[in-house]
Amino acid sequence: MTQRIPVVENILNANDHLAQENHTRLESAGVFSINLMASPGAGKTSLIEQTLPRLKDKLRIAAIDGDIATSLDSDRAAAAGALSSIQINTGGNCHLDAVMLRGALDQLQLNQYDLLLVENVGNLVCPAEFKLGTHKSVLIASIPEGDDKPYKYPGMYRGVDALIINKIDLLPYVSFRMDFFQRGVESLNPGVITFPLSCRTGEGMDAWINWLLQNSTK
Amino acid sequence: MHELAVTQSILKIAIDHAEQANAKQITDLHIVMGELSSMVDDSIQFYWEIIAKDTIAQKAQLHFRRVPAELQCVICSEKYHPTNEELICPKCGNAGAKILSGEEFFLETIDVE
Repeated sequence: MTQRIPVVENILNANDHLAQENHTRLESAGVFSINLMASPGAGKTSLIEQTLPRLKDKLRIAAIDGDIATSLDSDRAAAAGALSSIQINTGGNCHLDAVMLRGALDQLQLNQYDLLLVENVGNLVCPAEFKLGTHKSVLIASIPEGDDKPYKYPGMYRGVDALIINKIDLLPYVSFRMDFFQRGVESLNPGVITFPLSCRTGEGMDAWINWLLQNSTK
Repeated sequence: MHELAVTQSILKIAIDHAEQANAKQITDLHIVMGELSSMVDDSIQFYWEIIAKDTIAQKAQLHFRRVPAELQCVICSEKYHPTNEELICPKCGNAGAKILSGEEFFLETIDVE
């Protein structure tokens, strides 16, 4: 005899639950944490490299880097001044999830840091679905990617707390309609805080650094 | 690409509930998916056939119910179903809206024997 069982359980519940545990750990250790997401080549590691020297005398910073393979990015974060730099190799997985972050947090003495930068796998689709438990999600868009990305990847643009627009020094050379881009962002994520900047020239970095400082020293 | 992890999660939730009910096998799963969710049902189906094998869910059929997206304009409070790529409000033309539905992704019911 067939019986119907009501379930009504969120399919990503297990991940969400672990993300909440990660969040509690970070919160009780007093670490402000961000999940940096972007497509490959948008400048996640460059942003970390440019952020660390500007903050390392003011904050104790750890970096966790997720990649399918290699430790190239965590090596760059360590060279730029991260006190600890941990590499997560996802072994083919297209995103970090809360279990992977928990494993990396286990390797850190969390109360020895003020700021944790988590660099997600380069991808504009999958990381949006998997919460990690960080305090803020930050998306890096970049000028050469094109101005249509909010329209093509709405899930990613909708869920973030801050948006960086990197490589603004390339605006004169690329057909990027800033008003079209920003209209897309505004429709998906009204009022999201935005930092246009260039990791190469340093233009616009101050606003981003101040935002991190304010949040990390609350 | 992340549908394998998601399909594993669906299987685990279904088996947990079926075992609690002392069921011998799962015949149907009813999954609710919002229009704004990035999950791909064909891909879930593909992984399902591989990972459900040799479990009490191996003969189960997957059923997907799509929930349309509904937005509400933050300026004029108009409720609407987005049709254009810019998601703009059809009444006042504003671009900012909050999502009322369309992001769902859950296992609603299972049928067991």
